[in-house]
Amino acid sequence: MSIVSRIVWIYIALLACPAFAQEGPELGVAVTADQIASWAISVQPDGTGLPAGSGNAAAGAEVYAMKCLACHGSEGAGGLNDRLVGGHGTISSDTPVRTIGSYWPYATTVFDYIRRAMPLMQPQSLSNDETYAVTAYLLELNGIINEGDVMDAETVPNVEMPNAGNFIWIYSEK
Amino acid sequence: MKKSDLLEPIAGNGLLHRRLFLKSSVAAMGAAGLQFITAKVATAAPLEVPAWMQTPGTGMSGYGARSRHEEHIQRSFGSLPGTVGVGSSRTPLEHLEGIITPGALHFERHHNGIPDIAPLEHQLLIHGLVDRPLMFDLESLTRYPMVSRIHFLECSGNSGANNAPKPPQLPASSIHGLVSCSEWTGVPLAVLLDEAGVQSEGSWILAEGSDAAAMSRSIPMAKVRDDAIVAIYQNGEHLRPANGYPMRLFLPGWEGNMSVKWLRRIQVTSGPTMTKDETSKYSDLMPDGRSKLFTFPMEVKSLITSPSGTNAMQGAGLYQLSGIAWSGLGRIRRVEVSADDGRTWAEAALTDPVLPRAFTRFRLPWRWDGGPAVLQSRAIDETGAVQPTRTVLLGERGVNYRYHYNAIQSWAVSETGEVSNVYS
Repeated sequence: MSIVSRIVWIYIALLACPAFAQEGPELGVAVTADQIASWAISVQPDGTGLPAGSGNAAAGAEVYAMKCLACHGSEGAGGLNDRLVGGHGTISSDTPVRTIGSYWPYATTVFDYIRRAMPLMQPQSLSNDETYAVTAYLLELNGIINEGDVMDAETVPNVEMPNAGNFIWIYSEK
Repeated sequence: MKKSDLLEPIAGNGLLHRRLFLKSSVAAMGAAGLQFITAKVATAAPLEVPAWMQTPGTGMSGYGARSRHEEHIQRSFGSLPGTVGVGSSRTPLEHLEGIITPGALHFERHHNGIPDIAPLEHQLLIHGLVDRPLMFDLESLTRYPMVSRIHFLECSGNSGANNAPKPPQLPASSIHGLVSCSEWTGVPLAVLLDEAGVQSEGSWILAEGSDAAAMSRSIPMAKVRDDAIVAIYQNGEHLRPANGYPMRLFLPGWEGNMSVKWLRRIQVTSGPTMTKDETSKYSDLMPDGRSKLFTFPMEVKSLITSPSGTNAMQGAGLYQLSGIAWSGLGRIRRVEVSADDGRTWAEAALTDPVLPRAFTRFRLPWRWDGGPAVLQSRAIDETGAVQPTRTVLLGERGVNYRYHYNAIQSWAVSETGEVSNVYS
């Protein structure tokens, strides 16, 4: 290969490199699925990531009274912090009230967020059953599920949230 | 252009040419050209030798502090009722110059406080749709090739106070202080993902923080491949705890919440996770009841920081207007300034360096005649995007959109020299 063609090939190779095509020293340490499990707390809209366990609204009401009510108010409204219940039909008004029931597009997000971040003073302290139960209670207060409905890894992804159809993706993969 | 022309206003209400303050221009005009700058008359008393020249100064220190006379320059902050760490603090933009925000004055937004992370115990997990799930610690990451970039970081809720029906009478920082600009140094995330081996269906990631909110956001793989950094250093020193120590994600130009602090976990996924902070928050509600998801870039924006809201002018005469402009889509191409409520505009001088997705400092001389004025700045970025008026912005989005407010800021100057926030 001539020097000129070699230079051309190097140039083409450089052009083809993405912005950050670099070699690293490969110091990552392999981990197993068992090790990862306690950290992998996110839940996808299709239910991927939901753990075993279950709960209904009645059980959730008891947990809520002990661990949620002080900040979020009786039956999910009227507390110092975010309102969780009500606001149905207000979203297109001049004074929208954004709650789980009136605004949130996915029930999986309710489970995910309670599990990772609530109660505020003791995050990640609820059991899976308690998390499913509080999820059920908040959905039931919002009139989205019925009183006896059990929330678990099968049912949460299938809950139809009233405002789910009103979200538009702006970012698109070209 | 003749040098004397620099003294003629080039736009209404006393805006002068941006080259007036250039050294060569002033020299060429000579002192006579600047007669309108009236010198203060010195007192007749002999000049005193200051006390600090007559005694030795203090000694060195291991970690420097600013002058005690500047200690009143503070971030303003607030937390949700019953909490101390669920809220934000705001950079005092009106007290700063240039483009770099000191680490101690960088804005903060926390969702459940600042974690006290032991650096040797912190680990970054990469898993999900990868061939090899991997853990990295801080020590190993510092051996990877790093990049350094100067970029702004802006909370997408910044400037939301100007959605209110009446203009809030607050300093610039209280309205616009959820934006700062730093040099960020770290490892390109793509290098770490390549080591783990991203599978073909891995088109998004979930990034999660090691704070008590386990704050999490979904990010498209294209952005990760483009310019995402696992940042370890800010302005040359290790990240401060409030900015993600010991490591954070940094996504140049995109809404600040996505640059997840205290980064502990990256899960490669086939779609967005739809976390609380990308659905119920950080989604943009329009008047028809529909909401936009994934409006990632922070769009072109600017404001005059000197003078600005609640300031008092020091009498009629020559002033240098100074401000910042930035765009999440690239470089600032041009900033225009008006002193007559947007009727006429003059081009401001941009101070080097003008970097993509970074603060750009702009300046323009203004001869205030002591009459009422409305000062505005309007930035244009390299994509041609022009900063909108508030009327246009709210006309398109309504007042409940909440995020991504980037309208032109109007500061009214009264005849008595008070500077106030007005809606033009």
